[in-house]
Amino acid sequence: MADIAFLLLIFFLVTTTIEKDKGIARQLPPPEPPNDEDVIIKEKNLFIVNVNKDDQLLVEEELMELKDLRQAAIDFIDNGGAPSGTAEYCAFCKGARSPESSDNPNKAVISVQNDRLTSYEMYIAVQNELVAAYNFLRDREAQRMYGWKFTEMKRAIDEGEISGSKAEDIQEKLESVQQMIPLKLSEAEPKKRGE
Amino acid sequence: MSKFKKKKSGELPAISTASLPDIVFMLLFFFMVVTVLRENNLLVQQELPKGDQVEKLKKDRSIFIYAGKPSSQYQDKYGTEGKIQIGDKYTDIDNIKFALNELRAQLRPELQDKVMVALKVDNETNTGLVSDIKQELRDLNMLKIIYITSPGNQLEN
Repeated sequence: MADIAFLLLIFFLVTTTIEKDKGIARQLPPPEPPNDEDVIIKEKNLFIVNVNKDDQLLVEEELMELKDLRQAAIDFIDNGGAPSGTAEYCAFCKGARSPESSDNPNKAVISVQNDRLTSYEMYIAVQNELVAAYNFLRDREAQRMYGWKFTEMKRAIDEGEISGSKAEDIQEKLESVQQMIPLKLSEAEPKKRGE
Repeated sequence: MSKFKKKKSGELPAISTASLPDIVFMLLFFFMVVTVLRENNLLVQQELPKGDQVEKLKKDRSIFIYAGKPSSQYQDKYGTEGKIQIGDKYTDIDNIKFALNELRAQLRPELQDKVMVALKVDNETNTGLVSDIKQELRDLNMLKIIYITSPGNQLEN
């Protein structure tokens, strides 16, 4: 009896791969409609991140290390440059309120431009930092409004710890935070090598 | 002569193994429950990039695309240029649509329009290959993607 059980045990021990698939989720833009009109975005609401074929970062025309990217992105999104009284005024922003930078988090767009030869490792590192910047701000606002961090709420929903009407309530809260600070990451078509 | 003999002191009694099968069965059940049999035989290298801003993958509605250099035992035949693997075989960029449609048809019908594409791409792949895949996915209208990462942060090393 024990022998057979051992045999099975060893079989399952060997074939086991404990589930660990996690990743950065992203929504692709829909296919371009034929009569595509260019959307005009103000220069100051655009944060351009360029990655070249040697995995170097150029952020807003300046060379930058990867470790500084998160803070730079937070500063940009959280700037809230629109003057008070206007429709775009951002009441909750804690940034520098510089008129040179973004008006409101829901106007701010981060554009990432890669070279075709950029390594995937670098690509994911950049995406990870930018998502981290958004998560930081969403956490802050969710904490302020509901006393619960955005990422923690989301995890609770994903893992099914909460269900029924409470889950719907939290889902609504998540959406309201997402609306305040929408994830606007645009990806330009990668350039040909060496251009 | 007493009926109650004194126990011999100094000698340890043998440990009973009667509960051994129970323990083994318990372990067996544990591993049976957590086991996921590998569905696909990997033909490409898979050293995943690190990330910590992650979400969980919903396995029931996802299809996998692997990409990277061919594994070492296939490198003589296929070279070291980045390749795409869908299901059990290498797929050309032109055949992706067909292969993905086939995989989508295998999902449960109510989940087919919520399909999520999981990209498992090796660290050293060029971004160009990934953006080619994404272009195809846009044409197919499979817009939800997830870049599978391994836990950790790139900045730490």
